[in-house]
Parts: sequence; C-alpha cells; structure tokens
Amino acid sequence: MPATSSDAANNTERAQRIEALNAALKTRILVLDGAMGTMIQRHKFDESGYRGARFAAHPKDVKGNNDLLILSQPEVILDIHRAYLEAGADIVETNTFSSTRIAQADYGMESLVYELNFEGAKLARRACDEYTKKTPNKPRFVAGAIGPTNRTASISPDVNDPAFRNVTFDELRAAFREQVEGLVAGGVDLLLAETIIDTLNAKACMFAIDEFFEESGVRIPVMISGTITDQSGRILSGQTPEAFWNSLRHVKPLSIGLNCALGAAQLRPYVAELSRIADVLVSAYPNAGLPNAFGEYDELPHTTAGHIGAWAKDGLVNIVGGCCGTTPEHIKAICESVKGVAPRQPAHPPVSMRLSGLEPFQLAS
Amino acid sequence: MSDTLTADEKPAATATFVNIGERTNVTGSAKFKKLIMAGDFEAALDVARQQVESGAQIIDINMDEAMLDSEASMVKFLNLIAAEPDISRVPVMIDSSKWSVIEAGLKCVQGKPIVNSISMKEGEEAFIAQAKKVKRYGAAVVVMAFDEKGQADTEERKVEICTKSYKILTEKVGIAPEDIIFDPNIFAVATGIEEHNNYAIDFINATKRIKATLPHCHISGGVSNISFSFRGNEQVREAMHSVFLYHAIKAGMDMGIVNAGQLAVYEDIPPELKERAEDVILNRRPDATDRLLEIAEKYKAGAGAARVADLTWRNADVNKRLSHALVNGITDYIDADTEEARANAEKSGGRPLDVIEGPLMDGMNVVGDLFGAGKMFLPQVVKSARVMKKSVAYLIPFIEAEKARNAALGIVDASKNNGKILMATVKGDVHDIGKNIVGVVLQCNNYEVVDLGVMVSCAKILETAREVKADIIGLSGLITPSLDEMAYVAREMEREGFTIPLLIGGATTSKVHTAVKIAPGYSHSTVYVPDASRAVGVAGNLMSATARDAYGAEIKAEYARMRDAHARQQQNKKRQTFAAAQANKVKIDWAAYTPEKPRTMGLTVFEDYDLAELTRTIDWTPFFQTWELAGKYPDILNDAIVGKTARNLYNDAQAMLQRLVGEKWLTAKAVIGFWPANSVGDDIEVYADAGRTKVLATLHHLRQQMFREGDSARANMSLADFVAPKDGGVADYIGAFAVTSGLDLEKKVAEFERDHDDYNSILVKALADRLAEAFAERMHQRVRKEFWAYAPDEKLSNEELIAEKYRGIRPAPGYPACPDHTEKALLWKLLDAERNAGIKLTDSFAMWPAAAVSGFYFAHPDVEYFGVGKIERDQVEDYAKRKGMSVAEIERWLAPNLNY
Repeated sequence: MPATSSDAANNTERAQRIEALNAALKTRILVLDGAMGTMIQRHKFDESGYRGARFAAHPKDVKGNNDLLILSQPEVILDIHRAYLEAGADIVETNTFSSTRIAQADYGMESLVYELNFEGAKLARRACDEYTKKTPNKPRFVAGAIGPTNRTASISPDVNDPAFRNVTFDELRAAFREQVEGLVAGGVDLLLAETIIDTLNAKACMFAIDEFFEESGVRIPVMISGTITDQSGRILSGQTPEAFWNSLRHVKPLSIGLNCALGAAQLRPYVAELSRIADVLVSAYPNAGLPNAFGEYDELPHTTAGHIGAWAKDGLVNIVGGCCGTTPEHIKAICESVKGVAPRQPAHPPVSMRLSGLEPFQLAS
Repeated sequence: MSDTLTADEKPAATATFVNIGERTNVTGSAKFKKLIMAGDFEAALDVARQQVESGAQIIDINMDEAMLDSEASMVKFLNLIAAEPDISRVPVMIDSSKWSVIEAGLKCVQGKPIVNSISMKEGEEAFIAQAKKVKRYGAAVVVMAFDEKGQADTEERKVEICTKSYKILTEKVGIAPEDIIFDPNIFAVATGIEEHNNYAIDFINATKRIKATLPHCHISGGVSNISFSFRGNEQVREAMHSVFLYHAIKAGMDMGIVNAGQLAVYEDIPPELKERAEDVILNRRPDATDRLLEIAEKYKAGAGAARVADLTWRNADVNKRLSHALVNGITDYIDADTEEARANAEKSGGRPLDVIEGPLMDGMNVVGDLFGAGKMFLPQVVKSARVMKKSVAYLIPFIEAEKARNAALGIVDASKNNGKILMATVKGDVHDIGKNIVGVVLQCNNYEVVDLGVMVSCAKILETAREVKADIIGLSGLITPSLDEMAYVAREMEREGFTIPLLIGGATTSKVHTAVKIAPGYSHSTVYVPDASRAVGVAGNLMSATARDAYGAEIKAEYARMRDAHARQQQNKKRQTFAAAQANKVKIDWAAYTPEKPRTMGLTVFEDYDLAELTRTIDWTPFFQTWELAGKYPDILNDAIVGKTARNLYNDAQAMLQRLVGEKWLTAKAVIGFWPANSVGDDIEVYADAGRTKVLATLHHLRQQMFREGDSARANMSLADFVAPKDGGVADYIGAFAVTSGLDLEKKVAEFERDHDDYNSILVKALADRLAEAFAERMHQRVRKEFWAYAPDEKLSNEELIAEKYRGIRPAPGYPACPDHTEKALLWKLLDAERNAGIKLTDSFAMWPAAAVSGFYFAHPDVEYFGVGKIERDQVEDYAKRKGMSVAEIERWLAPNLNY
C-alpha cells in the first residue's frame, strides 16, 4: 500500500487523537458505547429494509446481517452512534462485528468486506468528529470492532471427529487482515477484537494485525476482549481468564478485558482476576443482566451502572461500557457511575515466563 | 505443610525447576513412536493423558521421524489434544528440528506454548525470521547454543552464542527476555577423550554466566547426555545425573529433560560413588574417569551379590538420621533415634511434641515433596509413614505424661494439625485397601484421620462426623452398589444441613459419576479423588482459607460442564428394542454340540486349601496397580521410572508370602458345584435332578442392547445364550463356585496395626486379594481338567492362564457380563457358600471376607467375557417381571447400566 500525502495527513491526525486517548486514560475511566443490535432491533427492519435499494436483487436473504446496514441504512447507524455519544460515550465501536469474509459467507457478501469496514469506520468517525467538535475537552474515539467470526479454530464442529476443523489459522489470519485494512483506511483510532470465544481465533487476528502494522508502518492501539461463556469461568474454548491473558500478552495491547454473555453481577470475579494480573489496562462491558425467559435483557440502567460503579470504585477497570441489551440510557447511567472515579493502576506482576494450556503456568525468572 | 500441594493442584502452577517428560516424543519414547506410526492416536492420547495425570507441567510433543508426515502428525495430535481438557490444561512444547513442523504446530494451539527449538545454525537471517514468527504466534522459545560454526562446546562459545542470540531476540525482534530458554548443550563426559572432560563444567559455568549477565532468561538441557558413556550402568548414570543437576540447578538451570526414574536422591548416593561422580562432573582430577570406571562395576544393578547396607548415614546428627530414616523407610533405629531427639529436646527445655513438629515433620515434608514431584512412589511413602507412626508411638507415653502434668497445672494443650478427615467404606462394601492407603498418605501430611472402617452406615458416618467435628468426609467403595450408597450419603448430608466437603474415591467411582450422580445431591463441595497421590492436594485446597472458595467454585463449574457433556453424549447413544436384541441372540448350533457332563455333580467342598499351591498362579500386575505403580509384570520390575520401587515391593511381597504360607497366616476355603441346566429365554433353569423336572433355581440374565448395524456377525449377547435351550432337548450343565483366602486375615491385620505398621497391613491385604484371585484361577483350571473335565488335556503356562487362553469362563454377578449383584443371592443358595466356604454376603452383596471370588462356570466353546453395557427400560421391565421385583428396585440395582 503506497503512502500518499493525504494518508500522511490522516496518520498525523490519528496520532494526535491517540495521544489524546492515552492522556484521557491516565486521568479517568473511559466509557464505550452500548449494544448496536438492540438499537437496530428497534427499527424492526424486514428483508427489504436490510437490502435497501442497492441490494434489492441480491440472490441470498440478508435479513439479520446487521453490518450490511452500514451500506443500506447508513443514516440509521449514524444516528445510533450519535445516540451513544449524546449519552456520554467516549469510544464508539464500528458496526463491523461480522464484517469478515468468513462471517459474510453466510450471506454471500464476501466481496463487500473491505467496503463494509471502510464505510463502517467512516460513519463512526463522522459521528465522533461531530461530538469532539461540540465538546472539545471530551474528545471521542472510534474503535474498529472485530468479532470472532462464526467459526472456531480450536474446536471441532463434528463430535465424531475431534481432530477436524472447519477453519484454519491461515484462513482466519487472511480474513482479519482484510477487515483491519478496511477499518484503518476508514479512520478508526484503535482496534477492538471482542467477544473472543476461541483464543486461537484471537491469536490469528493478532498475527494479522501485527503483520499489517509492520507492512503499513501504521501502529494503533489494540483492545482485546474475551467472553466468559458461562459461570464455569472459562471462555468457550476452555481457557481460564489468566490462561487467556497469557496467550495474548505478547501483543502488548492497550487493554485486556471481557464482554458479553454475562451480566455485570456474574462477570465481576473474572474482571477482578484480570485486573489482579494484567500489566495493561482492563476493559469490561457486560450485558444488561442475563436474558429473561423470553430471551430479552431487562436489567435496568441503574442496576447495571450500580455494578460497574462498584468495579470502578474498587479499582478494577479503565474502560467500561455495555454489550447485549444495553441502551443509551444504560451508557448514560454508567457514565455517571464512573464519573470522577480514579482509573485502575496496571498490575506489576513479577517477571516470569508465563505459559498456558487451558490453565496458566509460570516459571519464575 | 500447605506447600506439599502438587503443582497441578495449585490454582496457578508456579515452578522453580521444570522437568519436561519425553513420553510424547517419537525420538524419546519407543512406545509413543510405535503408536503414532501405527496411526493409533487414541492410545497416543492416553500416553499424553497419563503424563499430565502423573504431574507433567508441560508436555513435549515431537513427531520427527523420517517415515512420518511430521507436519500432519503434529497438527492432528495437537488438534486431538485440544479436545481433551484433561490434557490440554497444561502448556505444550512444540518440538521439532524442522521449522515447518513447528510452524504447523503453532497454528493449532490456543495456549502459549514453547517452541523447541531455533538457533543460529543457518545464520542470523533465518534465526531472526523464525524468532519474529515465534513472537507473532505468541510462544516462548528454546534457543540452542548453535551457530554456523557448529554447536557450542566450550564455556566461552556457549556464553558468546547465547549472549549474541539474546541481544538479537530482545533488541531486534522484541521477544520478552523471560520467554527465552537457552539450551547451552549438555555433552557426554568421561568418554576417554580428554577434551570432553570439561563439558559438564563448561555447561555449569556457562549457565552461571548467562544467568548473571542476561536477565530473566532460562536455562534448559537434556540431562541424560552427560552420562552417555556409562549406558547400561543405571546406578552410575543416576548418580551422575543427580550430581550434575545438583550443581547445574545451583548455577541457575531451571528446566530440563530428565527421566525421573534415572535420578538418584543426591543425599542418598553412596559417598564413594558421589565423590567420584563429582570428580568427573566437576573435572576435579585428571584420573577422575578412571577412578569412576574402577568402581562402576561394583554399582552395576543386579551384578553379583546384594549391596551391603550402607550405614554411613548413622554418623550424622540425630535430626538428619530421623529425616534419612523417614525418606528411606528404615525402622531399625527409630526408637533409639527418637529417644535421642526427645532427650535433646528435654535438655534444651523443649517438649516431646517438638520432636514430632520438628525433625519428624521436616522429614515428612521431604517425603511429601518428593512424592508430589513424582520422585517417590506410593510403597515408599507408606513405608515412610510406618517410620513416622513408630516414632510417634514411642513419644506418646511422654506426651501423655506431659499432658497429665499440664492438666494438673490447669494448662490446656491445643494440638495443631491440618484438619480432621473422617473416612469410611460405605454400607454394604468391604473393600478398604485404597481407603487405607489414602488414610496413610493424609496422615503423613499431618491430617488427623478418623477411619470408621468398612460397611459403615450413612447414619453412623454423619453421626461421627458431627461428634468428632470432622472437617472433611471421605467415602470409599469398590463395588457398583456402593455408588448408589455414596449418592445417598450426599443427599443425607444435604438434608441434615452439613456444609463440610465430601470426597469420593474407590475403584468403581469416577469423576463423571461423581459429577452426574453424587455432586448434585449436595450443595457444598463434592470432589472426586482419583488416587492417593491426589488426596493431599485436594484436602489442602479444601482446607485452605485462601484457596477454598475458588477451588470449590472451580470444581463445581467443572462438574457442571461434565454433566452437560454427559447429557449431550447420552442423547447420542440410542439402543435398540429388547425384542430386536433378543432376536439377534448368539446363534449356536445345538444339534452339532453335545455338552460334557461334569464328573462330579452336586457340591464339592475344599476345607483348608494348600496356600503354597496358590502362590504359583498369582497374577502380579494388579498387585502393582493396588500400589499405584503402573506397568505389566514382570516388565515393571525393570521399568525406567518405577522399576526400583516395584522391585523392592516385589521382594517384600515374596518374603511375606513365604512367611504367610510357612506360618499359615490365612485359611483358604472353597465350594464348587455342578447341576443340570437349560436356558428358557434369557433365564437359566438349574435343576435338582437328572430328569430336569425339579427347578432348584432360576438364574436371570441381561442382554446387550446396543445397535449392531453394519456388524451383523456380532450378536446381542446374554449369558443365557450359551446354555442349551430347554425346548431343544440337549442336556446341558452349569457350574458355580465361591473361594476365599481371607479367613483369619483380620487377625494378622490387627497385629500389624497394633504395631503401627500400615505398610505390612496393606501388604498382607493386597496379598490375600491376589491369593483369592489365584485361587479362583487355579480352581477354574481344576474344574476344566478334573471336575467338569471338559478339557482334561489342557496344558497352559501361567502367562497363558492369565491371558485366559482356555475354554470356558467364570463370570461373577455384579461384573460386566451379568451386572446384577442381587443374583449373588441365588449363587449363595445353590452353593450354601456361607456354611461351606465361610463367606458372608453384605446388604450390597459384597463378600466378606473381602479376599473372595465367586461366580458361575460356563463351558461352551464359544462363550466369552463381554459387557452387557447400557440397557433400556423395556428390558428392565421384562427383567423385573422375571425376577418378581419392582421396576424401581431393579433400576436401583442396575443404575450404572440404565440408558435412561
């Protein structure tokens, strides 16, 4: 990718924003936005709503492809970003959770991947720039959202053939590379690999990011956020939080953290564990409680914010926010609950060789 | 004592020296290589699993074999491991001399592995490229001291190459220094070539310098190389490894490939051997090699006469002597040494208790650590416990006297221990060897053990637990009905509001069973303990104020996952209908077969059978299993890891066996019987008369219900299929037997226990069990040749007997071919076994004495052992009707076999 003068200008602006981000993180707890899907659901789009004019003739059904709305309903996505920024979010995530070749294959939209990421980043950038202008002492940042894809590199989908895999490290690496290029070109300030259910997928993602950084010369902060799937306290692929951290520590990310699957009440012990061991920042954005009998999230904003406020006061977190079921009302309440609370100080664990299988292992130096 | 947890039981394992095993390495293990070459990945996984179970902290995986597709094998094996949480919980070391194999492996592991290895062998550029990838894949890395000029042999070259590598890795590539492990090359010394003499020193000095100048890095190496010139002489090699490691670890070596079985305890090396080995390792004198060679022959294991007992340890001070006696299980001097230590304590104003809490506990800590690290094995630990108990027994009168004095003065004495554990074999079960071993190991680790013995009712267990304020309850059992009883105890604990942890152990218990059937009944910690070596770790975690909650939560979560997995698996195992299974019975052409009529119909009783005759047919392999020593007899005696322990144990067993027979410690009795019999459906009618009109008993059998699709040759078997059907008119027969070698055993056990001798108490029980099995085997042989006499000319060696290479089987009720324990009642009725052989049945149909075997004899040439497996409700209903029992009652007895 040859560098142009406008690339250079963009990179300079980005470098300034990253500097502002780092400065902000030193003094306060930053707030991410809340759920994108929950907000999209309110619009009750049908098949034709998802398609918009451009994809009216697409051969496959696309209803449910939320990322596609970047192209087919850009105003709706832009407004959702604005709603969260209005609520007080410091960082908004691009609507690109499933914008990889692997996830888009379900809809036959692999060829749109770069465009989805590029345009998704631009929408979020536009919303953030509007709000930074409005409140210059509270700059806003765009995080390029990278989901885990819908395949797992270390779990066999076939119970009768445990050695089988339906995706390889190299396929994931190529898919994430494509996504990252689109996001960075579209203007994100940082990258956020989130809802990690298989650490091997995340390692492929980090591999791709590192290669991209080296080849492009661009280097921006990376946030990593895993998902503890249930109260076993492990991510889906079986690792404990500490083992998970050991697997990804080489990336030297901006933050390590957890999101999704659990409500704040259930997530706390695992956030506390990462907080105790991580020598980087810690992020956490839980769901609005656990789903009720109808699969809906009904935890009230002040309840979620109450838990998160307690995390903040106990010095567990640097970046908070909301995942499934959270709304601008939740984010507003969360902003209030962490306002004025000092951010967590990174841990200083003794220097050790820290390895992991599903569980952590260390050999003191 | 809290530091005796084995590494795998600590919440986050931290190590100071990591020993990497070679068992999943095709270049290091012939067995593993064979399995991989044969494509038997399942068995290869078992090797990895065993390695983790026996305490490996990291597993090394190597597929470097010319005849293998190494990349494909590495990928497949790593993918398979990923699906086995009990293996993949530890990190892997991806080991290959080919970078392509390493990279293929790196793409398969979600954890942070170690790459073994890279080097500057092919120049700096290739080294940097590989190192960059190592970093990107998120791995730690072993770096060989190797460059384009070759492997570093001298201290200078080792330091130079490692320093250069370190600079490149940390400055150019950006690898964290703590993730670098240098292997500065261990080469053979004492080869006769003078330049080699300094190789060990070169390594040790280089290690020291590297550690001092290159912060945070680690040092590793393949230790057995050092003694290569003494191969074949294990004792000398062990001594060299031990001496080498002693100095290398002091210099900073913190990782290594060492066969734990090839390692002597440094302090235990005979002084002469140690000195000369040290001369060689440290290159202290020009004639060092010659001097080691000079004495090497003397130490060659198995050469000539038995080693003369080395008594130099007697010259040390009393605390060291006590420690030595404990570690080596020597009771000869324990009373005198204990007295000396006590007198010393008294002189300096101390108390008798100080001896226990001082030198004795220190010694036991050493034992605990060695056991935890896999450097000592169970028989040795039990022997250590014997020393401990004897010493404590010596001190007790003094402690009592002191207590009495204090009581008179109004001083209350608070004794300290790690916790109180109540143990019992549950109601209906009489098996206690495993429980006793666990008890001994716990006591060694300063737990107070209250052992209620065998056949203990739930009420008694709970009542005692309250009374003694137990901190933990441990339940044991061997037969399947005990599983149900344990679940009952768990539910009762819940109902009565207990909160203390419940431990589950014993041969038929399992983690899955505990998770699925027992744990849900009790809302507090319920933990499965697979063997004695895990008991201390589990108890330690449960008693630790800091670890308890996290550990409890972790176990709970793990069991919840297992329940889910179990539930999912269950859905996959559909059975066929009972009618369809019956239609697919074993097809035997009865017209073409005339059953032999037994020579001695009715009952034959053997009072006081000759024990000497039985010792010849003992199957020793299970004997070693009892002691948690894995391996087949006789190979186990020469096993690299446990061979020495196994040999000692075997010698002790043989010596005891001689006395046992000579002094007639035990009485063996048996009863056998033969009757006319025919099958009726899935039942077997046993007749009192040759006319087959009077039914003496109806034996009920169960039939396999698994699908046999695509395998039409295989029937859905029932034992009833192997007896001629009544309507066919063929006169067939059945036999039955009950044998025991356990009469009078209790007397001997009580004698040993009075003497605080757990080792011999467990040993005699284990031998009685083996004799009972040998008795059953010998009786079966005589039945085939003399009593039923359908194979009068059979000639088989003991090995062939153990491999069951004969016609006919002797299945026992409660075992896989006829899993219903209640049928034993009919067997007892037929044999009048209580009167004729002195064997009683408990409520759960366990035999008492426990050293007993019973069963039926089937003689058809096609009959074989099989497992009924899981059955469906339709068969259970039919079976209940045939037995005249309620479905619910049958379901209770057959709980482990129900597929619903």
